[in-house]
Amino acid sequence: MNVLTPQTAAARAAAQSPAEQRRVVGRPAAHDSADKHVSGAALYIDDVAEPRDLLHAYVRLSEHAHARILRLDVAAVAAAPGVAAVLTARDVPGVNDVGPAFPGDPIFADGLVEYAGQSVFAVAADSIARARAAAQRAVIEYEVLPPILDIDAAMQQAAFVLPSQTMRRGDAAAALAAAPLRLRGRHYVGGQEHFYLEGQIAMAIPGEDRDIRVLSSTQHPTEVQHLVGRSLGIPDHAVICETRRMGGGFGGKESQASLIAVIAALLAANTGRPVKLRLDRDDDMKLTGKRHDFRIDWDVGFDAEGRIEGISFELASRCGMSPDLSAAINDRAMFHSDNAYYLPNVSIVSHRCKTNTVSNTAFRGFGGPQGMMGIEAVMDAIARHLRRDPLEVRRRNFYGKRERNVTPYHMTVEDNVIPELVAELARSAGYAARRREVTAFNRSSEWIKRGLALTPVKFGISFTLLRMNQAGALVHVYTDGSVQLNHGGTEMGQGLFIKVAQVVAEEFGLPLDRIKVTATTTEKVPNTSPTAASAGSDMNGKAAQVAARTIRDRIAGVVAAEFAVAASDIVFRDGAVQGGGRSLPFAAAVRRTYEKRVQLSATGYYATPKLHYDTATHQGRPFYYFAYGAAVAEVEVDTLTGEHRLRRVDILHDVGQSLNPAIDLGQIEGGFVQGMGWLTTEELWWDARGSLRTHAPSTYKIPAVGDVPADFRVALWSRGRNRENAVYRSKAVGEPPLMLGIAVFHALRDAVAACGEVAEAAELDAPATPERVLLAIEARRRRAAAAA
Amino acid sequence: MGETIRFLFGDEERSIRSPAPTQTVLEWLRTEARACGTKEGCAEGDCGACTVVLGTPDGEIMRYRAVNACILFLPALDGRQVLTVEHLRAPDGTLHPVQQAMVDHHGAQCGFCTPGFVMSLFALYHAGGGGVGRAAVNEALAGNLCRCTGYRPIVDAAQAACGGVAEDRFAVAAPAIAARLRGLARQDSLAVAHDGQVFLAPRSLGELTAALAAHPAATLLAGGTDVGLWVTKQHRHLATVIALEHVAGLAEIAERDGVLSIGAGATYDDACAALARHWPDFGRLLRRLGSRQIRNRGTIGGNVANASPIGDTPPALIALDATLLLTGAAGSRRIAAEAFFLGYRRTALAPGEVLERIDIPLPRPGERFATYKVSKRFEQDISAVCAAFRLTLAGDQVADIRIAYGGMAATPKRAVAAEQMLVGRPWQRAAIAAAMAALEGEMAPISDMRASAAYRLLVARNLLLRFHLTTQDAAAMLEDVA
Ligand code: FES
Repeated sequence: MNVLTPQTAAARAAAQSPAEQRRVVGRPAAHDSADKHVSGAALYIDDVAEPRDLLHAYVRLSEHAHARILRLDVAAVAAAPGVAAVLTARDVPGVNDVGPAFPGDPIFADGLVEYAGQSVFAVAADSIARARAAAQRAVIEYEVLPPILDIDAAMQQAAFVLPSQTMRRGDAAAALAAAPLRLRGRHYVGGQEHFYLEGQIAMAIPGEDRDIRVLSSTQHPTEVQHLVGRSLGIPDHAVICETRRMGGGFGGKESQASLIAVIAALLAANTGRPVKLRLDRDDDMKLTGKRHDFRIDWDVGFDAEGRIEGISFELASRCGMSPDLSAAINDRAMFHSDNAYYLPNVSIVSHRCKTNTVSNTAFRGFGGPQGMMGIEAVMDAIARHLRRDPLEVRRRNFYGKRERNVTPYHMTVEDNVIPELVAELARSAGYAARRREVTAFNRSSEWIKRGLALTPVKFGISFTLLRMNQAGALVHVYTDGSVQLNHGGTEMGQGLFIKVAQVVAEEFGLPLDRIKVTATTTEKVPNTSPTAASAGSDMNGKAAQVAARTIRDRIAGVVAAEFAVAASDIVFRDGAVQGGGRSLPFAAAVRRTYEKRVQLSATGYYATPKLHYDTATHQGRPFYYFAYGAAVAEVEVDTLTGEHRLRRVDILHDVGQSLNPAIDLGQIEGGFVQGMGWLTTEELWWDARGSLRTHAPSTYKIPAVGDVPADFRVALWSRGRNRENAVYRSKAVGEPPLMLGIAVFHALRDAVAACGEVAEAAELDAPATPERVLLAIEARRRRAAAAA
Repeated sequence: MGETIRFLFGDEERSIRSPAPTQTVLEWLRTEARACGTKEGCAEGDCGACTVVLGTPDGEIMRYRAVNACILFLPALDGRQVLTVEHLRAPDGTLHPVQQAMVDHHGAQCGFCTPGFVMSLFALYHAGGGGVGRAAVNEALAGNLCRCTGYRPIVDAAQAACGGVAEDRFAVAAPAIAARLRGLARQDSLAVAHDGQVFLAPRSLGELTAALAAHPAATLLAGGTDVGLWVTKQHRHLATVIALEHVAGLAEIAERDGVLSIGAGATYDDACAALARHWPDFGRLLRRLGSRQIRNRGTIGGNVANASPIGDTPPALIALDATLLLTGAAGSRRIAAEAFFLGYRRTALAPGEVLERIDIPLPRPGERFATYKVSKRFEQDISAVCAAFRLTLAGDQVADIRIAYGGMAATPKRAVAAEQMLVGRPWQRAAIAAAMAALEGEMAPISDMRASAAYRLLVARNLLLRFHLTTQDAAAMLEDVA
């Protein structure tokens, strides 16, 4: 077995890098907090020493999915022992809404609850136990209204949070009508809970004037700052939001962290005391949004070789009770309805359904994975219809290099590497031989069936909302030669801080331990974008590089004068500033610069180039570039129970020229496993009244250690290079690997298909729990029996 | 009677007078000890972020067991050593080998799960030499969830650091620590009154039944892997708690007169070897029950007395025709396992009675036993359906068969009608088909978040078929995960 350890993967990537002269960038440096993580010394918000007089907050959640609040009496809550404050919608001094892009997310329900789990009021007391106990004393009278709980019901009633959108290129209807072969299908793809290990938390500390400082576990400190200000009716400059690290985010702390921070801030402002709000796991899962589930209808016309001639998609997603980020998420689902395939005539309609369930939100991939699930189901259907290996059909439909290279949104794919990447993976994974083995096995095995699938990923990098594609950094060099680095990106475990520190260390020719990355705060870098869209290291890396270069050039100027050489001859390397055969230790060069009264602090700013997009016509260039990858998965299914085992996984992923191969490998493996969980064991289940019943790890099952195959072969693509001028020609890696998990889902479909000889795809929706797999097998057997 | 617990926190002796009986160790660590390395991820013993290690002396060495601090009540520390992630680094700052391996293999991303993993790895490090294969690593880590890494680097770290002979400073200090703990060992029984709560830890069966007679409404606490959740999840106030942990003989496991006796206080972990020796499938089942942390605390007695319809061991015990010994102040009585479960979480225990022991008749020659668990996730999940079968053939005929299911009714349930379709008939597909059909009439599963009623019924039928097929040596089930 040839399993790549991070060391070997890193060594391979480093050896193949043309940039061998680089000292820090491209090295598999450990996470900057690794030492603290393993020794329990890394401080998360709940670990920070608690200020004197700290109050603990508790939020009372709605028990109904849809109801009018006829009466809300909190007098008994306020009178309970230890209680310092109770706040309802009436008590919000500013705007009672934390909607990030559109209004619709009340801080506290104002006369109407629109999902079970919605925040109704909050109480602060001297202990969490007392706050919780006090909250039970409220008198709430509801008039229950009929809820809309799922996509089908919302579509039937035309209930939408935002207007439907259409994206088109060519004439899908005509191509469908003219195509030699035509198939239609409908699939459901489930949602997903983020299950960040650290639940939502914030601590708000009131200051003088009406200032407030908030420690928030958020991917978007600037938005927390703005929403705290807006809810309190105070200017942005009176609010500081700080984030040192999150115990996981995955998109779940992009917009969802704001409500927590805002409630803590409102209570702090109200009482003049610091307030901590930490949701327990159950409340966290009931109150905060998840990945959108989708219903995908498709209609495809194709030729006898399986090549698509025309296709139309109708996507419908469950947005929940409010728009939140659903506009951009559903746009991204449309953007990825092509995945890696050329769709010559295409129409994509997207409905954004309103339901009486929690407002769904950002989650790694941001709609992209759901979009891809649609087209991959189409590939599977075409292949089964033609009785071809699905990989053959997939390859036949890949984007071309110079032709067949325009996306449904009219962007030309300039950096397509999917054909060669997939060819390399198919070879290294032994796809063809294993296909024969799987077929032979299935012929001889009655009760156990195997399945094999290779699926590709092409994922667009950039925020599709143009203004978000900007980043800032602040670099200070102190006179002892140590460097402090700050940027607008947040650290949630993805390794952003170490990657950006590597970039800065490289600029200064310093070892990593001379660079200190400090907590993200709206005080140091203002007006930041969320750490999302995989763009963290691209944007913050570039911004920090700009700041570091500014200072480096100033130091170079001073040293060049002293050495009597041109500034362009000065190099920063191995902790020294060198030129004209002379060398100064970095710290000495810094002191010289200081003595010459030259500034040793600089900001850096970056705006991603080339982007333009018309949201009305859905045309333009929403992405700077694409990230690519592919995975092969092989499963074994028990046809009596629907249980499965993952036998082997092979992954080849393009990260361009890696900034840090160890970190990138971690993103790929972790993303894959998270994607696999989404499509297999992770099932969100609401009861008939619309209450989520899978709100803890006892009932909501993310992958555990045994779900990861012993035979797990992951490699960074050695030929990867970003053709765009991204930082050190690297590529973003946060989200794309999640979609590699689709290979597992299609391997399961392949195994189900082996249970009955029919020229159709298996009827399997996601998540492919044992139940869905078994029912799909039963259906398959019935179809085969009927056909025979 | 004493009201003070004494334990070692690292190598520091701590004593707490009248400890809050249902305060969790996690809460104590994070608030009173201000040791915040140990995290809360779920407060129900499912994610492992709160994993700490409990040390007990075993002669000159120490036995270290990973447990979930989030559902462990404070009095459980009495007479033990508790180690948290903060204790592992040497005074000179050197990381412990398991910590260093986690750094070297990039085993932490966001780091929130990491302290829990480190402590599970620490326990594995001390679990003995002989190397660790993937199965052993999975077994040790199934109770620790990580949402970031995808586990591969953590598995690599485990295999790099564990499996050798422990030679860290804890191994060196073990004899001294063991001696200190022996010095702390309690001679009297613990009885605590705290803020309206009473906590009693009797040390003999007599004391236990007397305590129960005096407090008939008391909550009996064994491993606390369920009772802990009453407090952390349902926020219930438990007025009187009687702990079973220190009752002499209650955890005894013995074989006599053709019977394996499992004391009701024996943990899953303690009972596993004996059960697996006679019924390998029972061992496989226990390997999937909860996690290492849960099995280190939870008891089979608790699993039975709790009477959940989805407990994993009752179907096996019913199929194996186990007998339960129920004991009260007035004496003991025996009852068949299948007669113990009266309704949803209702049992035949009379007020003042405790489950003392489970007696399982040892297998007779030719007897076959199988038990299967079906759940969404292989590891550490709750059954959608659990099935157990005990079969004796006479030639080709079924001489005797016992079939029991969990997850198919309000109680664990014996499938009498299905059995009747099989006894005395040839052990062949025709009879199996008839028995499968009979199951539909006698089982009434519900639909919930774990599975639909239709799926449960289908699986219950198919598991009988699977049992038949495996007796015919057909490949009709998947291998266990690594
Ligand atoms: S490192 Fe984030 S949960 Fe494990």
